[in-house]
Amino acid sequence: MTAILQVKNVTKRYGGLTANNDISFDVAPQEILSVIGPNGAGKSTLFKQIAGFVTPTTGEVIYKGAKISGLPPHKVARMGVVRTFQETTIFKSMTVRENVIVSHHLRSKASLLGFFFGSSQAKADEVEFGKSADDIIDFLGLQAIRNELASNLPQGHLRALGMAIGLATQPEIILLDEPFAGMNHDETMRMVALVRRLRDERGLTVLLVEHDMPAVMKISDRIVCINFGEKIAEGTPSEIQANPRVIEAYLGSEDAAIGM
Amino acid sequence: MTDQTQSVPQSRLSPTRLVGVLAFLVAVFVLVPAFIALTGRWDFYYTLTSVALLSVAAAGVWLTFYIGRINIGQGAYALTGGYVSAILITQYGVSFWLTLPLAGIFCAAVSVLIGLPILRLRGVYFAMVTLVLTEVARLTALALPVTNGAKGITSIPLPGELSILGLTIIPDFATLANPKLAFYLMAAVLMAVTYLVLWRIVNSRLGHLCRSLQQNEELSASIGVNTAMLRVLAYAISSFFGGLAGAIFVAISQSIYPSSFVVQDSVNFMLYCFLGGLGYVFGPMLGTLLLYFGWDLLSVAKQYQLLIYSGALIALMLVLPNGVLSLFDRKGGRK
Repeated sequence: MTAILQVKNVTKRYGGLTANNDISFDVAPQEILSVIGPNGAGKSTLFKQIAGFVTPTTGEVIYKGAKISGLPPHKVARMGVVRTFQETTIFKSMTVRENVIVSHHLRSKASLLGFFFGSSQAKADEVEFGKSADDIIDFLGLQAIRNELASNLPQGHLRALGMAIGLATQPEIILLDEPFAGMNHDETMRMVALVRRLRDERGLTVLLVEHDMPAVMKISDRIVCINFGEKIAEGTPSEIQANPRVIEAYLGSEDAAIGM
Repeated sequence: MTDQTQSVPQSRLSPTRLVGVLAFLVAVFVLVPAFIALTGRWDFYYTLTSVALLSVAAAGVWLTFYIGRINIGQGAYALTGGYVSAILITQYGVSFWLTLPLAGIFCAAVSVLIGLPILRLRGVYFAMVTLVLTEVARLTALALPVTNGAKGITSIPLPGELSILGLTIIPDFATLANPKLAFYLMAAVLMAVTYLVLWRIVNSRLGHLCRSLQQNEELSASIGVNTAMLRVLAYAISSFFGGLAGAIFVAISQSIYPSSFVVQDSVNFMLYCFLGGLGYVFGPMLGTLLLYFGWDLLSVAKQYQLLIYSGALIALMLVLPNGVLSLFDRKGGRK
């Protein structure tokens, strides 16, 4: 396989604390890869480094042959690697549609000055964004709440909206931060189907951080397991389930059961 | 796909809006001068000119609120703009009309230098730093030789003639029978243009991006917005307005001192925005009018003036946290 994203020997230290220690793995195009690990294992730190919010102390992240670690988030997003957040991170006092439209920013061809004076390119952009936003809203089944203020939405819809915001940037790799957190079984299964469709219908590569083990086992092509900042295992769901180090990591922690 | 596309702000200049804008322009440029000519209250010109200019500076503050920053430092830029204009006129003989944009641009440039480090701060931390800025500007004006220290710069000539290709567009203010009216008209034109620019910014994509910044900077960055650049840009525009207003104030009073704009003024600019409504482009304009006139009217209450004034402010903020303009907002949403 030729990797679309390579994490190479990434280490992140905060003072004396090593959040990530020498983590390496590759991601293949159109793969769904999950990063799992007990609380505090360093999963979020790893995600932040991939998306450009945190610069690795040593090591690098390579996307399509170019180094992206150390770039600011908006540049990383511009290249096609976009992170979505947990449900509270949306533009609260905009409607669903406005949320999605504003997230098309990367695709605008007109300059800010062009937008100010209302150039023809700016108008064309606005029309195109509106169309594309409606497409995304339809794709995610949010038609009914299109013009609802985001602050009025229930959790499940917020999660979908977060995904819509991510999709609007037309990423090639989408990083999902705990997409199933706080969902019941039915909602989780619907979300699993949705994430699959992101890959199958939109051709995205999906990276996700998740605690919900049944969902992870169901959805992932491959899994990377992290504990105390180090990668302890990598492989298919069945390989991970059988891995003694993974079992030990999970049995050793209080809150987690690997859930099989 | 039905007709939801209509909610895209293609052009928000609907007929009702157009009527509103026309009514506003008529009121400012026809009714007010007519009223003053009839009643002979020429002192109103000074008050209204001040309101117009203060609301220009407040418009800038409002824009920084719009990107989610509490700006209590506009006085610094008004003072800087005033000094730039005064120094250019008195020491270099530059025409007042040329110093206007120069003062604005100088302030914008300074604000980029100051903004780059401090705009990384959020919430109360940014507010505290901006609060100090006004004091820094005052002390700088006291210390620099070019600003003439505490004595300030006085006897600044009135704005001269503005002509293009020999055609007089604005006559020399010193030759006018009524420079008060001329200053009022100038300030009113500037205010109208400022709010037109502000309205356009807010309703163009730039404004949408500012709102995304206000609501969630991290998410804004992850959808590809260059947040650092946008913050500095908004702050620079804000300071440009501050400098512009300061320069005209100096032309009116024909003098400037380090204490021409103090922390109190900076706080007032912020209050104007709060009172008018942070969600409304024309909020700061209304807020300035109400507060400035309210303060003047309350002077009948003598020693209780400040007590009543501040009590009324507290009450207003409790009852109308979204500003006075939210009273007229039937939809209950924004704008």
